[in-house]
Amino acid sequence: MSVSDTTLREVALSRSEYDQVVVLLGREPTPVELGMFGAMWSEHCGYKNSRPLLKLFPTSGERVLQGPGENAGAVDIGDGLAVVFKIESHNHPSAVEPYEGAATGVGGIVRDIFTMGARPIALLNSLRFGPLERPRNRYLFQGVVGGIGGYGNCLGIPTVAGDIFFDPAYNGNPLVNAMCVGIVQHDAIMKARASGIGNLVVLVGADTGRDGIHGATFASVENPEESHRGVVQVGNPFLEKLLLEACLEVLQTEHVVAMQDLGAAGLTSSTVECASRGNVGIEIDVQYVSRREQGMNAYEIMLSESQERMLVIVREDGLDEVRAIFSRWDLHSDVIGRVTGDGHVRVLDHGVVVADVPAAYFVDACPTYVRDGIESPEARSARLYDCNSVPDIAASEVIPWLRRLLASPNICSREPVVRTYDHTILSNTILAPLEGDAAVVRIKGTTKALALKTDCNPRYVYLDPFQGGKYAVAEAARNVSCTGATPLALTNCLNFGSPEKPAGYFQLREAVRGMAEAARVLNTPVVSGNVSLFNESENGSILPTPTVGMVGILDDASKRVGLAANAGDALLLLGPPAGALGASEYLALRLGANLGAPPPVDLDVEARVQALVRNLIQQGLVTAAHDTSEGGLLVAIVEMLIPQRVGATLDLDAVIAASLGRVDGGLFGESASRIIVATPYSQRDVVERLAASAGIPVLTLGVVGGSQVHIAGVGEVEISDLCESWSNGLR
Amino acid sequence: MRIGVVTFPGSNGDHDALAAVELGLHQEAIAIWHKDHELGDVDALLVPGGFSWGDYLRAGAIARFAPVMDAVIEFAEAGYPVLGICNGFQILTEAGLLPGALLKNSGLTFSCRWVHVRVETDRTPFTHGIDPGTVLRLPIAHGQGRYFAPPEIVSDLEKNDQIIFRYTDRHGVENDDANPNGSLRNIAGVSNRAGNVVGLMPHPERAYDAALGGDDGLQILGAMLRSRMAVAAK
Repeated sequence: MSVSDTTLREVALSRSEYDQVVVLLGREPTPVELGMFGAMWSEHCGYKNSRPLLKLFPTSGERVLQGPGENAGAVDIGDGLAVVFKIESHNHPSAVEPYEGAATGVGGIVRDIFTMGARPIALLNSLRFGPLERPRNRYLFQGVVGGIGGYGNCLGIPTVAGDIFFDPAYNGNPLVNAMCVGIVQHDAIMKARASGIGNLVVLVGADTGRDGIHGATFASVENPEESHRGVVQVGNPFLEKLLLEACLEVLQTEHVVAMQDLGAAGLTSSTVECASRGNVGIEIDVQYVSRREQGMNAYEIMLSESQERMLVIVREDGLDEVRAIFSRWDLHSDVIGRVTGDGHVRVLDHGVVVADVPAAYFVDACPTYVRDGIESPEARSARLYDCNSVPDIAASEVIPWLRRLLASPNICSREPVVRTYDHTILSNTILAPLEGDAAVVRIKGTTKALALKTDCNPRYVYLDPFQGGKYAVAEAARNVSCTGATPLALTNCLNFGSPEKPAGYFQLREAVRGMAEAARVLNTPVVSGNVSLFNESENGSILPTPTVGMVGILDDASKRVGLAANAGDALLLLGPPAGALGASEYLALRLGANLGAPPPVDLDVEARVQALVRNLIQQGLVTAAHDTSEGGLLVAIVEMLIPQRVGATLDLDAVIAASLGRVDGGLFGESASRIIVATPYSQRDVVERLAASAGIPVLTLGVVGGSQVHIAGVGEVEISDLCESWSNGLR
Repeated sequence: MRIGVVTFPGSNGDHDALAAVELGLHQEAIAIWHKDHELGDVDALLVPGGFSWGDYLRAGAIARFAPVMDAVIEFAEAGYPVLGICNGFQILTEAGLLPGALLKNSGLTFSCRWVHVRVETDRTPFTHGIDPGTVLRLPIAHGQGRYFAPPEIVSDLEKNDQIIFRYTDRHGVENDDANPNGSLRNIAGVSNRAGNVVGLMPHPERAYDAALGGDDGLQILGAMLRSRMAVAAK
């Protein structure tokens, strides 16, 4: 074998993978072919470590129009419309160049949505950083938030929801997951399947430069700061906006048979995927690709990840009309090749063949690995930590702890971040950021609205990947249900450490198993997703973070509720009253470590609690609903009081009694399947009756009013004091 | 009434402006393209927000050279109502149709929130019939909205009743806390000398339905329907 180890490292293929390529081709690959195999057989494109596990996800359902395998998933929402959505990571680029890394992450996911013919109507993002006390982390945080806003605001797509979590395990390897949601008519859904032998392959948008070469490959290796220098792309949201409008306009014509954006692995993956999905071949000549700089060779052109580019398969007789539309938007387009009938992706350079490989070799022949997974001894002993060995707190310590939790970066107000994102553009946002457990976005021309949320408590997943995976799906669905919407389907982004380490593979496998089970029971199939493995830096692996993006439907948008309680409301807890200390934010703050078993999720109870809250909202019986998550019950109550700056008189003794008699367990312990609702006092009985007939425990917590939060047996505090703690946590 | 909405490359408030005219005002909305040389038969014009040409060079600095701008200037000089919103305001200042300039927000970041503005005069087609002193609640969403003009121009604006909206608290009181971007003298919107061309940073076209958080924007957009100026110019 003539190929050197250095060359193989460059394309991130193992020696045995290289040998497989040689066997497939019956010869040594050309340099361009080798680069293409490296990109397509990377984890990012080929899912070689995750593909067997992803089969565990339920991916179909009566409303699913498009499951995984296309640019995004599509789900029927009635009225002839479909919601199209996907979440994707841009972790490694953001670790090196946070502003552009995050910005191009947004750009990539938006292209995935309009490639399907859908108009993007909302953006979400899920972010993970190391603690902000470290200057490097604050730099990454500010850069990422700036990049998300800079790109999304310019595109004119509202950023409506998301989640942020901090833990030292993300030092040097932040997570940036961006989700986009679009709307399309059923009959206008466009696929990325090339067809029609002789049809033209048109490349439109930005010129091709040397930026991002090997991005897909290096997203799939460890230590991003080392590997990503010089491969981070720079975004141009203005150009993307033109591309968005022009592509949607072009799709109104009858001339386009397929569309595929250029993301990871650029021209390589877009031609291979278009050909392989359509069971056809594609032949292109790189001489026709417009370039940003001179002297670029075929290898660089095929692997460039320059942003804001789109591959469009066009019928020859429609070419002039299609190009006229692109020109109207001042976009450059080049015919670079044709669809062929032989199933090969053939790349020419001035007529000389530099790569000629059956598309199936890149996709179907991609090796997959099923590995042995073993729980790490550290995670196991942390999970088995005896939380009851920690002494309970005295009543006098409750208010100080409450303030400390409210100010915790994992709980405090997201206002400083949210204010930098445009959430009012497109005039659809009817439950805005900070107003509810999920964002609600109406669909013009219908009575309907979508509820949208991302979630994942990575501490739970670290301590118990199976339960944590279940919980991530359950929590995202619960948040959607708390607005009154019915969860429809989900997308996910599996952010994990190296699967080549047994502990990493264990986390991946168990989390996927848990998510799959929850998705099945809660009837929310997985319709799209993305995998980001090898999230490791000098500190070791990140906390395993399988981010869930949930989409729900509200048939009557006017029925939505937020989380703000009003004076005169009664507060009722639906669901099992007990809280437990395991894996809680409280315990993490108190002991400075992630310890204890996370709350188990009984999916049957979870489904019934969510159905109950949706029923109560549908009947107009509750004015607000909010689930209890990080920080536990008392934090959740205060979060409902903060928006109206109103107090409450609370009696939480029954919760404490149910929590092994522990004050901290009852007030700050965490638990699944719990929702607090605010209801006009006069309707309290009706709510209790409906809860009882649904078989769900219900407990009156207190009454809203005044300017103080008064807790029986504990004391009182001004709501304005609590607001101050909560408001300044991220400043 | 036929209300034109101009789209530049990078405009993104055009969708909302068209929707507000059709769904909020129930009037006919006419889309106008930046490469057009004529506006066609319209009675008033909205120049919407966004990032025309990516805000490259300076917000609005490239858009003012778009082919359509000659027709916009002619329309404005003929006395028809023209409203510039956010980036549209920036474009109209760059084109010399409105005095002053919009600088980077004093907080140096993009800011999206609901604010209160006080209507200072009813002499424009966009405030006609609204009592001066009325407080409206509108969303802002911009990174460069800090109004600035040299002192002599500002005193002219005061003297000529060209300050149309000011940021205030909900009670109509001007103060620093109510000023979201550091605008000079809390100025949120100004007009030309004649009063028919108005620019403002807040977004009336995103506040046309109570479900969106408020419908006060309809007062501004609806004012042109009853304005004498719209009729007079015709």
